[in-house]
Amino acid sequence: MSQVPLLQATGLRSHYGGRASPEVLRGIDFTLAPGEVLGLVGPNGSGKSSLLKCLAGLRPLSGGSLLLEGRALAGHTRQELARAIAYVPQHTGPSMSLRVIDMVLLGRLPHRGRASAPQDQAIALAAIERLALQPLALRHFSDLSGGERQRVLMARALAQQGRLLLLDEPTSDLDLRHQLATLQTVHELARQRGVGAAIAIHDLALAARFCDRLLLLRAGAVLACGTPQQVLTPAHVQALFGVGARIGSDGGLPYVIPLAPESEPP
Amino acid sequence: MSTAALPQALPQALRQLRARRWRIAAVALAALVLAVLASLSLGVQHQSMATVARQLLSLLPGLEGLGLDGPQRNVLLQLRLPRTAMALVCGAGLAMAGVAMQGITRNPLVSPYTLGISPAAAFGASIAILLGWNTLPGAGAWWTVGLAFTAALGCAAAVLVLASLRGVNAMVLVLAGVAFTYLFGALTATLQFFASEQQLAAIVHWTFGSLNGRSWHEVSVAGAVCLVCTPVLLAHAGALNAFSAGGDDVAASLGVAVARARIAITLAAVLSSAAIVSFTGVIGFVGLVAPHIARLLIGGDHRALLPFAAVVGALLVLLADLAGRLLFAPVMVPVGIVVAFLGVPLFLHLLLTRRNEMST
Repeated sequence: MSQVPLLQATGLRSHYGGRASPEVLRGIDFTLAPGEVLGLVGPNGSGKSSLLKCLAGLRPLSGGSLLLEGRALAGHTRQELARAIAYVPQHTGPSMSLRVIDMVLLGRLPHRGRASAPQDQAIALAAIERLALQPLALRHFSDLSGGERQRVLMARALAQQGRLLLLDEPTSDLDLRHQLATLQTVHELARQRGVGAAIAIHDLALAARFCDRLLLLRAGAVLACGTPQQVLTPAHVQALFGVGARIGSDGGLPYVIPLAPESEPP
Repeated sequence: MSTAALPQALPQALRQLRARRWRIAAVALAALVLAVLASLSLGVQHQSMATVARQLLSLLPGLEGLGLDGPQRNVLLQLRLPRTAMALVCGAGLAMAGVAMQGITRNPLVSPYTLGISPAAAFGASIAILLGWNTLPGAGAWWTVGLAFTAALGCAAAVLVLASLRGVNAMVLVLAGVAFTYLFGALTATLQFFASEQQLAAIVHWTFGSLNGRSWHEVSVAGAVCLVCTPVLLAHAGALNAFSAGGDDVAASLGVAVARARIAITLAAVLSSAAIVSFTGVIGFVGLVAPHIARLLIGGDHRALLPFAAVVGALLVLLADLAGRLLFAPVMVPVGIVVAFLGVPLFLHLLLTRRNEMST
């Protein structure tokens, strides 16, 4: 593993609007190594999406420091950031008559002038193939279902060839097979190419299976950070979501069985 | 297009798609050339295509001998040619500006005039008419153009400054533009209230939008502004794709300097539209509908869409002007009116037959 972390966040703070508005991130600390997959887990409004936007340089910080490969994130140009970081929003609105191939080719925009058009097309087609999107490649993005759109955005992120993937609930609209396929792709990129990934995710079973570590967020602050085995505990689930839970284990991987509010956790 | 065969032949399908786009562009260009020749040839005084071709060739060095003298030459070179050139500049410029504005705002209802340019220009022209400056000997027409241009730019600048206070947000841009549209509409109405009958007629006629009596001076000024703005828009085609694909965050995550790109694109669109509208009056529909027609025909990739929309816009204005000149000759119906009659049926036809590609 590299000596220099891919990302190093220290005391990250951010507000919704100006400094007078509520604080959405209240001192977040963590590091992310190359080849590591970090799951961001927490209830709605806990700051997962805001944290991802800060990490992508899309939301200003009001405090703390954020280093990308040892250099302040704010010191990078937009183009440099786009070549290093691929950000996938949870949803994107409709596009103005762009086809799927056009959407995926947009991932090559930060590399404009560095690769030829045929190279860019080959990379985009490879991303489309990797996510099995060939049958949709010439369809209009606006005509796709929510899940299909999520896969196209994922393909665009692959075409971007960043060293860091920031994924905001990338599986929220996907069926079970595509949830697994998408996260498997992220896992392979991490293991084979040393890509680091931070994924906001609600499905705790998938988080436990595909993430190396989980960052538990509550009200914009870190509740706990560690391997899934370390942090997926009934106490943490209760603290995060206000529900009891039973934690099982399958081949060493924890899984969470939530309990109805009236039931008592074991 | 069948998608069943795509997994095996995606590169080939892409080549076919691009070849189809080129064919459509070639047909549109051929239609534009024909329309230009028709615009130069037809009118109250008909000239054959051969005569027109000879006159045009005689403009080239060494071929002066081919040209004919007399009124035919004057009609062609001093009336029809500048009028046709202004139609091309007007249609192409407004269409490209429309594509750009719709792209950065991700709003299909936006046109170059959304920032209030058109009513502001009408207000400026109305002031010139009300003060009688439009009839001053020598430079009367330029007073109207100058005031219309100044008011249009002033309005756009005010909208941009307002929007920049909120980070040049697309929604603020559009809403501020709508507010200024109403403001300048009210101001012009106030001027009309105090205008004499003659002045009122002049103001209303100006707002119709017309290519009648355009001079080479006017064409060269409007054309030069558009020539400066066009490369700016083309250079931002990739950024426009990113904006239209997902808005500001997506564009920024793809390396676009959002605020800078938005200002550059908006300024280029505003400048070219203001320059055109100041000379021609309000020819509003082109900037809204030509981008849609172009998008329906070749898709939303701005690298192809911007130049193709320019061809569509130029063709639309040229055909509308031609129809306005010929249908009720010797009465000339202003192009601003005809363009709507021509564009709406074409637009609705495409909308109904290709509605899948219309979805945004």
